[in-house]
Parts: sequence; structure tokens; C-alpha cells
Amino acid sequence: MAATLPGPSTDLDRQLQDLEGEIERLRRLAREQAIDLGGEIATLETRAEDVRKKIYTNPSPWHIVQLARHSQRPRLVDFVASLFTDVVELHGDRLFRDDPAMLAALARFEGRPVVVVGHNKGKDTKENIARNFGMPYPEGYRKALRVMRLAEKFHYPVIAFVDTPGAFPGDEAEERGQAEAIARNIEEMSRLRTSVIVVITGEGGSGGALAIAVGDLTLMLQYAIYTVISPEGCAAILWHDATKAAEAAAALRLTAKDLQALKIVDEVLPEPFGGAHRDPEAAITSVRSALQRHLPGMGQMPVQAMLERRYAKYRSLGQIVA
Amino acid sequence: MLNWLRRPKYSSLQRRDMPAGLWAKCPRCNNLIYRKELERNLKVCPKCGFHHRLTALERLEITLDQDSFEEIDAELTSTDPLKFEGYPQKLQEAKEKTGGAEAVITGEGTIDGYRTVIGVLDFHFMGGSMGSAVGEKVARASEQARDRQLPLVMFSASGGARMQEGALSLMQLAKTSAAVGRLHDAGFPYISVMCDPTTGGVTASFAFLGDVILAEPGALIGFAGRRVIEQTIRHKLPDDFQTAEFCLNKGLIDLVVTRSDMRSTVARLLSFFGAPRVEPVPVAAEPATPEPAQSRSGSSAADE
Ligand SMILES: [Zn+2]
Repeated sequence: MAATLPGPSTDLDRQLQDLEGEIERLRRLAREQAIDLGGEIATLETRAEDVRKKIYTNPSPWHIVQLARHSQRPRLVDFVASLFTDVVELHGDRLFRDDPAMLAALARFEGRPVVVVGHNKGKDTKENIARNFGMPYPEGYRKALRVMRLAEKFHYPVIAFVDTPGAFPGDEAEERGQAEAIARNIEEMSRLRTSVIVVITGEGGSGGALAIAVGDLTLMLQYAIYTVISPEGCAAILWHDATKAAEAAAALRLTAKDLQALKIVDEVLPEPFGGAHRDPEAAITSVRSALQRHLPGMGQMPVQAMLERRYAKYRSLGQIVA
Repeated sequence: MLNWLRRPKYSSLQRRDMPAGLWAKCPRCNNLIYRKELERNLKVCPKCGFHHRLTALERLEITLDQDSFEEIDAELTSTDPLKFEGYPQKLQEAKEKTGGAEAVITGEGTIDGYRTVIGVLDFHFMGGSMGSAVGEKVARASEQARDRQLPLVMFSASGGARMQEGALSLMQLAKTSAAVGRLHDAGFPYISVMCDPTTGGVTASFAFLGDVILAEPGALIGFAGRRVIEQTIRHKLPDDFQTAEFCLNKGLIDLVVTRSDMRSTVARLLSFFGAPRVEPVPVAAEPATPEPAQSRSGSSAADE
């Protein structure tokens, strides 16, 4: 991300970047010359904080993209550790290997058995390399489907956590049928005979996100994103200029609010001021209270009626004229 | 030459799509081919077998029995739900270029007498991209097959989801896959044919969900683009990567079928899966034999 991150998108960004640069310069100066610049630094800090507040109060779509990708944003393991008990992780697709970019587990939410699947992004470089930055191979999707089938067998609800830049674009992933794996999951989830709650917590990267995101209820954290293509990719294709990602982020309507207006997302879950990374536990609590509200009602409906409703939901998405 | 298709409005299109000149250069073997000969050969290079891309109308013509096509949802098209810069213009240009209203044509027809619902994506219309209308038409085709107890045959040629419709285009993967899932549940056959190119969101939805998956020789088939993959893995990919033959070898598709054998292969599959057949069996727009020169020039004159 750092390598392709375009420059500031607004005047506020630029101001903040200038202020942060100046603070950094004064700190270095103070260290190297052993002089006291505490007063100057504090003044600049206050100004930087003001600018930050302005940005956080009404973040642009591009800011929201940064928040969704923030390295300190709570990860799947944080949600799982905090929300569930009796967690038993299940490994492997029984076909090829265990994909660490996808997590699948049996768990209890406030005593109630559920099945959890989700993209398993890491927090630091080491974790991210081990988990392929949360970008699954086909075997990751096949593992998720295998475990969702288990949920179906026992009529336990599935809770799917979405946080991925996308399905892994690699030669081996293609050879093993990345497209087929995604297509299969989408089809099977559309008719899975148990209830499915989708929670988009970070990046909802295209087909690689949708492959575990077809369900009866789609929840989305306030500063998560969900998009058909990355803003950088969109800008590169449309304008041959990846630095126009901020414009693309606005054009794609990828924020939770936008997606709720398009009826793709059913409910937006509030985040702490400035984003989930500023208070991860508060963001997790937001998800918890949504699950508390919705989970008891799930599975009350007869299976056939639930499937009809799920079908009707996806069937209705889009805008056409005849 | 397309006057048997029941869409007179679009009947003069093919001519407009043809590049000018009597000779065409084959992009693979670089030979100059007499254009009439290329057309007679279903736009397959007689020298090297390269399969040139077809328009949706051309595909329907060489696949279906004469006069058998009843188009559905001909006027259905996408709007501009996101108010995406430049999208209405692009949509309009594509309509003018192809004469169609969207990147897929759907309808009902017969193949060697076997009744089927058929959909053909048109790569010439915004790269065959799937927006709301393409997703809707594919879903409706699948629902029509189910309602009328018919098979579904889809010919795909697409660069993927239509990004100008943002996440709504992504949702068409769910819409089409769910509709195809219902067709599977109801027990009717679905034949998916991948033509050059079939990539991105279309592969990650209905194109890879066929009971039987066929592909044309040399067709590019894959989820991620070659350039993105090369940037990710930081080495060059072999030339045949993501070709139909590569996919066959990796176990991803059932068969690679030449264009001249496609119609009969699909008909055999429809027969095998018990598709209803009309009697008497209609006249084939026989692919392997050239049409008599007279009728060809006759309809060309009508086109112009
Ligand atoms: Zn050739």
C-alpha cells in the first residue's frame, strides 16, 4: 500500500502532512542539537490535532479507504477473541492445503453455537506474509465452503467476516481455479440452508470478498469499504493514472453509507470517532451489539422462506431500464 | 445475412462491424486472408486455426437453427446509478457501435431442433462487461429456462464486472450465480461456453457454474489479469497461461471445441440431458458449408 499510496487528496490532508513533517523535523533537530523545542512542537501538535479532527468529522471516501486499510484496525483474530468463546479452528479444504488467509472456526456467541469464517489479515509484516495479506487462494474459499456446509448440517448460523484486498492474483491460484472457487461459493451461499450474517469489517475487495459474503443480513462497519475494484485499479484503468485513486474512491461509492443507499448493505455499524483503530474494543462492541440484536431472530424463519427472501434480495440489486 | 433473426432493428449491424477491405490479416499467423473466405470459415483462420472474436449476433447465427430465435428483454439496459463520470457516453457509444442495447443478447431458440434458452455476451459492447442489465438479463434467462423447463446455454466473452456501476456490478455475480443455482436445483441443464476472452467477474460467477463447460480454442480464460499476476509474483508467465488449453490441462473446464464443431457438440449435450426437440427439425444454418453465393449477396444488398 505504501508504495502506491498517492499524495494527499485534499487541502486538509496537505496541511496535516505539512504539520506532521514540521513536527518530525523539529523533533529531529531537538535531538541532534540537544535543544528544547517542546513549546514549538506542542503548538504544532495542537494544530495538527485540530486538522485531524476536521478530517475525522467528515472523512472523504479516500480517507475512509485509508481507515479501512489501517494497519491498527482490529483484525479477524481480535473480533474472534473478543466476541466468541469455545473457539475451535478448523483447517484445510480436504483437497489441497490449509490456507492461512482464510479462517474457519466453530464457536459460541453468548452460548449459542455458530460457525465463523473470515479473511485473516495480519497486523504486521510478519503476520501478513504468513497470511498472504488476507488474500485467499481457491483452497481458502473451499475451506470456508466446507465449514459452511457443516453449519448447514447442524442448522447453526454462519457469521462471515469480510476483510480482504481481494482474492490472491497469482499463477497457482489461477491454476487451481480461483474463479471457480469464488463462483461456487457465491452459488452455494445463495442457497445455503442455514442463516448467514455477513460483517464487512475492513476491506471488501471485489469477488474475493463476495465469495464469503452472500447472506441474509449484511452489516458493515462505518469506515469499512466494499468495492468491485480498488480505487487505484479503477484510476489506472479509467484514467491511466493510479494517483487519481482519491477521485476513483469517490466515484465508486464504496463507503458503508453509499452501499446502504444502494441497498447492498442492510445496516451500518458505528465506529469510534476517527476510526476503529483509535479504539478497537469500541468497534468490536459495535459488532457485538449488532449480533445481539440480530442473531436471536435468525433461523426463526422457515428455511424455504429464508431462501426466498435471500434470493429476492440479490435478485433486486441493480438499476435497469427497459 | 441476419435477416432471419427477429430483430430487424439490428439486422444491418454486422456489416458496420466489419473492418473495411477485401482482405483481413490474421493476428496470429500474419497471413492475409480473403475476407469472404474467413467469413465462410466462421471467422477461423484457414491457415492457422486462429478463432477471431465474433459479435453476439454472429454467434447466434452460427449456433441456432434458422428463424428460431425469439429475443427477450431486447431493450433492457443499464442506467447510471452512481452518476459515474463518462459512463452514459460510453454506454451510448457502445449502443451505437453494436446496435444492441446491452452487452448480452438473450432469448429462446433451437439448436438442431433442441429447444433452449440462450445468452450470448458481446465483447464489442464495453468489453462484454457485466453491469446491472447484463446481470438482470442473465438471471432472467436462467429463470425463463427454469419456468419453461428448458436448458440454458451461455456463450461468454467478457472482461468482467462493469466498474462504472461499482458494487452494484459486483452484486450481479451474486444475482446470476443465485439464478443459475435455482436452475441447477430444478434439474435443468446449463451449458457454459467460454469464448475469447472470459475473465474477471463473469468467470467468478455464471461462466464457471455450467454442468458442462466448453471453451473455444485459444480463448483467454482467467480470474485475474496477466499483468496483475506478473506484478504480484514478479516473474513472467508462460505464453499459454490462461488459455482454454491451459485450463483444460489444469482440470478447470470439460472440453475445448473448435468453432466448426461447437453447434453439434452443444446439440449432442442438449440431447443427452433430455432437452425437448421440435419436429420437424428446423433447417440448420449449417456452419461447415458456405451459404450459396446468391442468398449471401441477396441479403447483403438488403443490409445496405
Ligand atoms: Zn492465421
